[in-house]
Amino acid sequence: MRIFKTVSRTVLGLAALFASNLSYAFDVPAAAPAAAVPAAAPPLNWHAIIMFLIFVSITLGITYWAATRTKTAADFYAAGRGVTGFQNGMAIAGDYMSAASFLGIAALVYFNGFYGLIFSVGWLVGWPIILFLVAERLRNLGKYTYADVVSFRLQQGPIRIMAAISSLIVVIWYLIGQAVGAGQLLHTLVPQMSYRMSIVIVGVLIILYVTLGGMKATTWVQIIKAGLLLGGATCMAFGVMLHEGFSFAKLFSDAVALHPKGIKIMQSVVPIGAKANPIESISLGLTLMFGTAGLPHILMRFFTVTDSKAARKSVLYGTCFIGYFYILTFIIGFGAIILVANNPEYVVNVTKNILDLKGGGSMPAIYLSHAIGGNFFLGFIAAVAFATILAVVSGLTLAGASALSHDIYASVIKKGKADEKKEVWVSKMCVIGLGILAVLLGIAFEKQNVAYIVALTFSIAACTNFPIMVLSVFWKGLTTRGAVLGGYTGIFGSIILLIIGPTVWTKVLGNGPALFPYDFPTFVVLPVVLIVAYVASITDGSESAKKERAAFEAQMIRAETGLGAEVAASH
Amino acid sequence: MSVIIASKIQSNPKYHELVKRRNTIGWSLSAVVCVMYFGFTLMIAYTPDILTAPIAADSVIPVGMIMGFGIIVASCLLTGVYVYMANKTFDPIIADIVQEASK
Repeated sequence: MRIFKTVSRTVLGLAALFASNLSYAFDVPAAAPAAAVPAAAPPLNWHAIIMFLIFVSITLGITYWAATRTKTAADFYAAGRGVTGFQNGMAIAGDYMSAASFLGIAALVYFNGFYGLIFSVGWLVGWPIILFLVAERLRNLGKYTYADVVSFRLQQGPIRIMAAISSLIVVIWYLIGQAVGAGQLLHTLVPQMSYRMSIVIVGVLIILYVTLGGMKATTWVQIIKAGLLLGGATCMAFGVMLHEGFSFAKLFSDAVALHPKGIKIMQSVVPIGAKANPIESISLGLTLMFGTAGLPHILMRFFTVTDSKAARKSVLYGTCFIGYFYILTFIIGFGAIILVANNPEYVVNVTKNILDLKGGGSMPAIYLSHAIGGNFFLGFIAAVAFATILAVVSGLTLAGASALSHDIYASVIKKGKADEKKEVWVSKMCVIGLGILAVLLGIAFEKQNVAYIVALTFSIAACTNFPIMVLSVFWKGLTTRGAVLGGYTGIFGSIILLIIGPTVWTKVLGNGPALFPYDFPTFVVLPVVLIVAYVASITDGSESAKKERAAFEAQMIRAETGLGAEVAASH
Repeated sequence: MSVIIASKIQSNPKYHELVKRRNTIGWSLSAVVCVMYFGFTLMIAYTPDILTAPIAADSVIPVGMIMGFGIIVASCLLTGVYVYMANKTFDPIIADIVQEASK
């Protein structure tokens, strides 16, 4: 009974929190107190706005081009399966490298030094696993969503509903994180643009890209963004190294000499001031590694390539781009210690704290671009950060819409007999719906602590999508019952342990000490999911389970050889 | 895919050889990445002193930084190794199997 009370109180608390924020969202923007605007408004950042407009016009041009070539469902969901390995590698990098990882990891290095590298390594190691275990088999078995793969020989209805629920939870929460980040970033870069207006602009643009141009437009937005981000970050790292005489020894010793924490920035393997927690570190590692391999918008990219060979190549390119990018952000973070910290132009009050930057903790990389290349380069990097958000949000929205239209509408409601045109139409409506939802939630969550969002999305991906997908591909014994029970264990296990964990229970809800002492529940939930899926499968003696096991051989032949796999469109 | 082709592939020893070899490579390389990354994570947790020791007496660069870079570079190299092996070894076997089955 007490448990029931606590749970209901928590749910009510969350609902109230949400409602109060949502009602805030509908406030008329003009009614916002004028005091929020600083007395002397900073000059309009014209460089950023012009470059941003150039990016938007180019991407809208591409969207128009893509729209004229998007006719079938395969065009809309999978870019006609005509994407090459190299293009998909760029798009993968563009889909995965978010503004949060660019600005966030650079900021982590700026404040904590070496720890920033430890953190970024975890975001890369999922990629080799994707290649070794799932990429080619995904391409050979799937059509538009990863649920196609899991439900290949299992019952369509229950599997797709489970997979769609987990995909949608991941996508919607990821969208909230991106939308809040977009609003804050744009508002900081161009203070004349309000937080809400920034989010609305993002929402409108991604609805245009995705409804009109589908996966083709999304892919090209991601490719251009990856090129801009890698190019911009390369220029920044080059500027830093030029300043340091191309000597890493000098870069690091200068940073140690200038940083208020001194040599500690080279000697702390946790954020400076935090306590080391072995179990938490391992759980974070599991979450990042297997979470990356279970993100629906990432997995969806493998259906866009011509064949399994291109799928495999694209992971190689993607991994190299992403790894290179993390090395650049590390150099950028150290460069910011040398060129941004202690500079009165960027720091709130140099006599108090030489690290504390105007505009908040995510600004080191942005200011570094100004220190290296003046207003022009700052404008460029600001526009790149914006492009980054658009590319990630487009990919997410398309993945969420395909879970609703392809898995729920076409496969569950219409039992696979949906008219193709109607399915694409439903998908476009879902894109519009998700776009509006992202805008509303982004506004509702403006003042919230959104730190737990990454933990939530990656935990569900690591505990549900990844293990169920691997079991369905590699283990003959998996049955519908095992996959569904295992899947829901992953979804609800992750959510419940996150709610009673330190971030949500203590920091967000203010309920005192957490009932579950770890931020990342994967080390508990993942083994439980595997056990549940195993036991529920081997004890399943039903007729359908026998058929599902018998169908494994044919599935494996297709997964391994690619015979019968979806082919690229001829046009 | 017709039942006849499927049964031809099923009875082709080359196919079983392919599955065995590719799975061995895939799971072994995955294990290498896991050992590398979780070994690093365990060192962070239990022996941070090794990671934070400078690489040379007159340097501020810690050993762990080299290892971190090493993991990033190794991840790229290992994906390269897999792609190379798949292109050189697995693709020709798959082409053989498919050709023999459709005869």
